[in-house]
Amino acid sequence: MSNPAAQQPTNWMSDDMQRRIKRRYAADTRFKFYGIGAIGLAMVILVLLLGSIIVRGIPGFMQTQINLDVYINPAKFSGIEQAATPEDAEKIIMSADYTALYRDTLRERFPEVSGRSDIVALSRLISSGGRETLRNLVLADQSVIGTTQDVWLPAAGDVHSLATGSMSRETPEGERRLKDNEISWVDQLEADGDVRTVLSNDFFTKGASREPELAGIWGAVVGSFLTLIVTLLISFPIGVATAVYLEEFAPKNRWSDLIEVNINNLAAVPSIVYGLLGLAIFLNVFHLPRSAPLVGGMTLALMTLPTIIIAARAALKAVPPSIRDAATGLGASKVQVTFHHVLPLAMPGVLTGTIIGMAQALGETAPLLMIGMVAFVVDIPGGIMDASTVLPVQIFLWADFPEKGFEEKTAAAILILLTFLILMNAIAVFLRSRFERKW
Amino acid sequence: MLKKPLVALATVAVAGSLAAGSAHARDQIRIVGSSTVFPFSTAVAEEFGKTSSYKTPIVESTGSGGGLKLFCAGVGTDHPDITNASRRIKSSEIEKCAENGIDATEVKIGFDGIVMANAKSAPQLELTLQQIFLALGKQILGPDGELIDNPHQKWSDIDPSLPDTKIEVLGPPPTSGTRDAFNELAIEGGCKTFPALKAIKKEDKSRYKGICRAIREDGAYVEAGENDNLIVQKLQANPNAFGVFGYSFLAENSDTVQGSKVNGMAPTFDAISSGDYPISRSLYFYVKNQHVGAIPGIQDYVGEFTSDKAIGDFGYLSDKGLIPLPEDERASLREGVSGLKPITKADLE
Repeated sequence: MSNPAAQQPTNWMSDDMQRRIKRRYAADTRFKFYGIGAIGLAMVILVLLLGSIIVRGIPGFMQTQINLDVYINPAKFSGIEQAATPEDAEKIIMSADYTALYRDTLRERFPEVSGRSDIVALSRLISSGGRETLRNLVLADQSVIGTTQDVWLPAAGDVHSLATGSMSRETPEGERRLKDNEISWVDQLEADGDVRTVLSNDFFTKGASREPELAGIWGAVVGSFLTLIVTLLISFPIGVATAVYLEEFAPKNRWSDLIEVNINNLAAVPSIVYGLLGLAIFLNVFHLPRSAPLVGGMTLALMTLPTIIIAARAALKAVPPSIRDAATGLGASKVQVTFHHVLPLAMPGVLTGTIIGMAQALGETAPLLMIGMVAFVVDIPGGIMDASTVLPVQIFLWADFPEKGFEEKTAAAILILLTFLILMNAIAVFLRSRFERKW
Repeated sequence: MLKKPLVALATVAVAGSLAAGSAHARDQIRIVGSSTVFPFSTAVAEEFGKTSSYKTPIVESTGSGGGLKLFCAGVGTDHPDITNASRRIKSSEIEKCAENGIDATEVKIGFDGIVMANAKSAPQLELTLQQIFLALGKQILGPDGELIDNPHQKWSDIDPSLPDTKIEVLGPPPTSGTRDAFNELAIEGGCKTFPALKAIKKEDKSRYKGICRAIREDGAYVEAGENDNLIVQKLQANPNAFGVFGYSFLAENSDTVQGSKVNGMAPTFDAISSGDYPISRSLYFYVKNQHVGAIPGIQDYVGEFTSDKAIGDFGYLSDKGLIPLPEDERASLREGVSGLKPITKADLE
């Protein structure tokens, strides 16, 4: 026992002490500033990144259209009256020359335009999608043949760039994609109120296209959805079963250690390796179709399994032993203890891990490269056996096309992908905060 | 309890689809191959899908070599029907195809120019093939006639008339067909202008290729990946850098980048199609004859691709940057294609 009286009481007011205290407070404040600075920097970068994508992506959701009174000239549908069957009539409608229909309208509108190359340039103000719009019109109702229809046709990608301001009129004519006369035609149409830029229906309902103004994201969204369903159906049951067995039933010996180490290692394997595995097994051994969401989902399931197993094991481990003891004490069997008590209590954690694994799978392209899902697919996939692509692949492909218009489509597709990712993560956060129990 | 039906369901689903997979007949054309031909092939596929009763073909971008490897792997619905190539098929590939019982019909679709471009903010360069070789070749002739590692650091080291800036060229990696063609047409083209180097070809062909088709690896040539848009963006950021890419990207970005003149010719549509621009190559696709008739629509797809509407002088592919074949060559092409005459090693000579 030391005598407290023998010790000098600390003089908090001494200069030395005051200086030391001040220094300690300063260190506290500095550290706080470092932290705020780090968060601030991250926020600024995030805002810049998102901001630039949003600014670039917004025109990608839009489509510029031109209003024309198109005369559906019966001369272009010769023989349709004599067509014996609806199929024959359809064939005539499919192969009719729709470019000529709107070209004639444009020539009436701009009678001063002459010369082959100028007329070609004039008709190229309308996207090649204009033919499809007219064809669908006639396919839907054959009685429009011989009448004049007031239609909005999609404008070419360059006209869209001009309308949304990404093509500058200041650029010298020789370096501009649209020449002066073409711009004057667009201006004239615009002055008559026949040019509008609206939310693109095509973007949200169509598959890929080589024309930026017609390209749609829906094919990739459906592909991603089908792929993730397959991934979920395979990886969730297998992952949870593995985790439950390893956590609750498996004897702790060298074998279970080895398995555990391997699972942890697999979680860190680069995803392209799973693609090679998918190629070797699903395509070369089982001869499943290339580019199918089934194969993509199975490959991604292999990749997601370790994530789900690790998350599920952690969630099971967090259930206190008293729950197990109490259930066992009341006479429940091991299986009853696990499935009636432990697993339901661990479910929020398991689901959170699963959703994060799914979000990872949603953003993956590398393994899909090997199994042929990095492909140009126009038709919307109808099932897990149809060729399809997924959202990140669509972004990758669009980023690589030479047409300027695909820059904004790429940014728009990134926004769609980010929306899905944020949604999935929000669900994970919700599940955690709503259902997770603290012991 | 909850899990068991789920496991069972998944097992059934997987087993069911496995069974369905093996019996799955294909009614959709599958195309693989070159990333250079990809933008053209996809445009034709889309048009074909829209204007015919067939499904839109699936086009994968695997590179010319990768495509031919898949193409020659066998006959059957697991294997692609058509492969695109930005170079001609090699005799080794014809052999591989023959081993697996495949006859391939060659279809030449047009030309592509490879450009060396820089930002518009910098002056346009006039180069010769020889200067390109001296700038980018791995080894060049030293002052005493011996091969030395390329010593040139600045463009002005090669020729005083060239700018006094560091040699910095962004281009595709070796897996790319564009790189193969650039090595062959530009680097080798410049290499051949030295009689001493050309003489090696007769003595030792593989040594000649090692010298005349090799690009330096000391940082002056930067492998910038397969994405040509990325190269264009980097050129805008760095006016001293040059980029190597296909003509279609130059045509789309003519407001920001300019192509260097090579041997006095600027890379324009007309100069490439007339063959005056020296770095241009032919583009092809190969059709698997055994699949014609078995997979619906192949012949119609080939017909669409070879029509004047697509590859003609004002065809929709020329909008996308493809340089069309001369008219007479197109006519003979259509004739050859309709007969599905398989390519043999003799044709490569």
